[in-house]
Amino acid sequence: MKNTRMNGYLKAGLILTGFLTALIILGFFWTPYDPEAMMAGPKLQGPTWQHLMGTDKFGRDIFSRVLQGAGTTFTIAASVVAIGAVCGTAVGALTGYFGGIVDEALMRLNDALTAFPSILLALVIISILGPGSKYNVVLALGLVFIPSFARVTRTAFAALRDVNYVKSARLMGASRRRILLVHILPNTMQVLLPAITIGFNNAVLAEASMSFLGIGVTPPDASLGYMLSEAQGMFIAAPWYAIGTGVTIVLLVFGVGLIGEGLQRRDKEVD
Amino acid sequence: MKKRLTAFLLLAALLCAVLTGCGGGSADQTPAEKDPSTDAAPVANEITVGIANDLDDSLDPHKTVKAGTREVMFNVFEGLVKPTPDGDLTPAIAEDYTVSEDHLTYTFTLREGVKFHNGDPVTAEDVKYSIDRCADDSEGEPLVPAFLIIREVQVVDEKTVTITLTEPSNEFLSYLTAAILPAGYDGQDTAPIGTGPFKFVSRAAQDTIVLEKFDEYWGDPAYLDKVTFKIVENADSLMMSLQSGAIDLCNHLPTTQALQLSDDFYIVEGCMSLVQALYVNNAVAPFDDVRVRQALCYATDRQQIIDLAFDGYGSLVGSSMYPTLGKYFDDSLTDTYTYDTAKAKELLAEAGYPDGFDMTMTVPSNYPQHVDTAEVLAEQYKAVGINVEIIPVEWNSWISDVYVGRQYQTTVVGVDASAMTARAMLERFNSQAGNNFVNYQNDEYDALFQQAITCYDDAEQTALYKQMEKNLADNAANVYIQAPADLVAVRKGLEGFQFYPLYVMDLSTVRFAQ
Repeated sequence: MKNTRMNGYLKAGLILTGFLTALIILGFFWTPYDPEAMMAGPKLQGPTWQHLMGTDKFGRDIFSRVLQGAGTTFTIAASVVAIGAVCGTAVGALTGYFGGIVDEALMRLNDALTAFPSILLALVIISILGPGSKYNVVLALGLVFIPSFARVTRTAFAALRDVNYVKSARLMGASRRRILLVHILPNTMQVLLPAITIGFNNAVLAEASMSFLGIGVTPPDASLGYMLSEAQGMFIAAPWYAIGTGVTIVLLVFGVGLIGEGLQRRDKEVD
Repeated sequence: MKKRLTAFLLLAALLCAVLTGCGGGSADQTPAEKDPSTDAAPVANEITVGIANDLDDSLDPHKTVKAGTREVMFNVFEGLVKPTPDGDLTPAIAEDYTVSEDHLTYTFTLREGVKFHNGDPVTAEDVKYSIDRCADDSEGEPLVPAFLIIREVQVVDEKTVTITLTEPSNEFLSYLTAAILPAGYDGQDTAPIGTGPFKFVSRAAQDTIVLEKFDEYWGDPAYLDKVTFKIVENADSLMMSLQSGAIDLCNHLPTTQALQLSDDFYIVEGCMSLVQALYVNNAVAPFDDVRVRQALCYATDRQQIIDLAFDGYGSLVGSSMYPTLGKYFDDSLTDTYTYDTAKAKELLAEAGYPDGFDMTMTVPSNYPQHVDTAEVLAEQYKAVGINVEIIPVEWNSWISDVYVGRQYQTTVVGVDASAMTARAMLERFNSQAGNNFVNYQNDEYDALFQQAITCYDDAEQTALYKQMEKNLADNAANVYIQAPADLVAVRKGLEGFQFYPLYVMDLSTVRFAQ
């Protein structure tokens, strides 16, 4: 049943994401310049060997800021997916396995939440929590991401509730907790893993959009979305600013997207 | 399988394009080849002016609330007196006026031959109607609050009007710039009629406003026959309209865009009538200590702010007064504090903060130039150990929390005056002022203010206002930075654009060079 064979998508995705992750981790400890130091070079200079991605309007090194910003964006996206996946799976497990009135109530609430555009919902939550803090962004986006995970895992739990090995476990007197965690959960990985990779990409873009709108990460901290919004105003004067930042977002999303695609394909090949 | 991959790549690229907005489109837009015929003498004596906002409030000059609307309609309306480019007042509809000994009675003699745009002559009745309309307090606050002190407007004869006041005011005259309108006409909202050098022709919502030269204007006639105001809300489209030749003149241009302009334009640099500063809540610790505020002043490299956040445009100031207000501006205060981190550290140590402290800067996120300034300040203050947290808030929360609620430590904004007077700028720092959002409390300042507003000798009053400015500078009420530049892009071949120390755009002097 277990298949560890790599396919092209998975390989390419892992290499790309691995490379970017390595850069991001490097960025936590070392950047070529202090990302916040102004006048590290001449302002609005194109890419040179000293400044690989050029400099911004304050003369800050864009490459250093991209490293730091990608780190911020990556951390936020990972935390958001963690909140969404853990809470979503819990809700999905409860509703899918037990069904009944709890299922109805929670899933209708879920529908209600999904009815709002997710960014809008996150905006509302942030305006309640108060803007200007990374943690509030994580919390708001995390909450918004719960319904989609809940829906995916609920289906899996509901389907596995009545398969023979679960029935046998129940007959043997296994506790409900044991059935849910040991017997069913590992078998939902097939749907959960791709959902996580897709969720991660959505979270990267959601954080970028929020910061782009000016309610996410606050200056002078770098985040890819905030940098992109800064770059917008000077697209003609400094195209490298938007390109360097934008391409980083694309690669980050693309790499994880490839992994997700590869995982799905691998599972299909087995079936 | 291949399809999915392509779709994926496309999606990723698309998302990125969406995030960068329309900026992407302008990169591959090659500027249109210039038509040689436009280089020759202009065929039509008309221009198109780009403005950022539609005039979607009332066009009635007494009811207009938006600065952008006032700015355009300045060309259509006039009062008994009108402002001049150097900040003074000059008689307009009134030819002359006298003020009684007790400063309570103003007598205006109306100018001969002033006509409304509908052809009717301006009479004393029209003047009485217009001023009474602004002073009417039957439905709460009058349209011009300063007119509350009017006791009566009397028509003496066809050409003479007297205004009597309940109490003397040395500011009253400056409010008589309020527009004079034809009595009884009720179409001002949509089809305004005034006496200015241009008459209103039409407005297409979200698109254009058209003004034409008024041939029977009493004064120097406008040079242009027709001016079309084109509404371009998006900054990128504005830029493209300038490049393509659709717009000939545009004011309030951001500095980054000014740098991107082609050779077809030249920049006229004026000075905005506002003071950009790090406004400090004087009532909260540690900013209630004058040494801390002074330390902030010494730790601020104002020239670097202008260079980094404003591309080098702007004039340094040292107090709450901007250079365009001519005689009230004291240039010697500009250098009260020069950049000196050693001195800043010394003052901080004296005040009990040898290692600096943490502070917050609340900035309105819809003003990128203020957010940029905050970023530069945060970086500069690191040198003296002050750790700044920037809190961007949207404009409405800024108004409610900072300006009205006064719940903040420091904020970067530009503060302007409601009228073209020194008093309007300085009044807010007296301890009783309702709009004293920095909580400045200084007995000497309050005393000077009382003296100044009851003084009728111009020279003496000016001196008092300057002392007040010095008081603000010496006590470091705020960290004063600059009066931002107001950049106007003008197509080459046009000349005569004049700046006012007010938020207005006078097009009557703009002309094609011959």
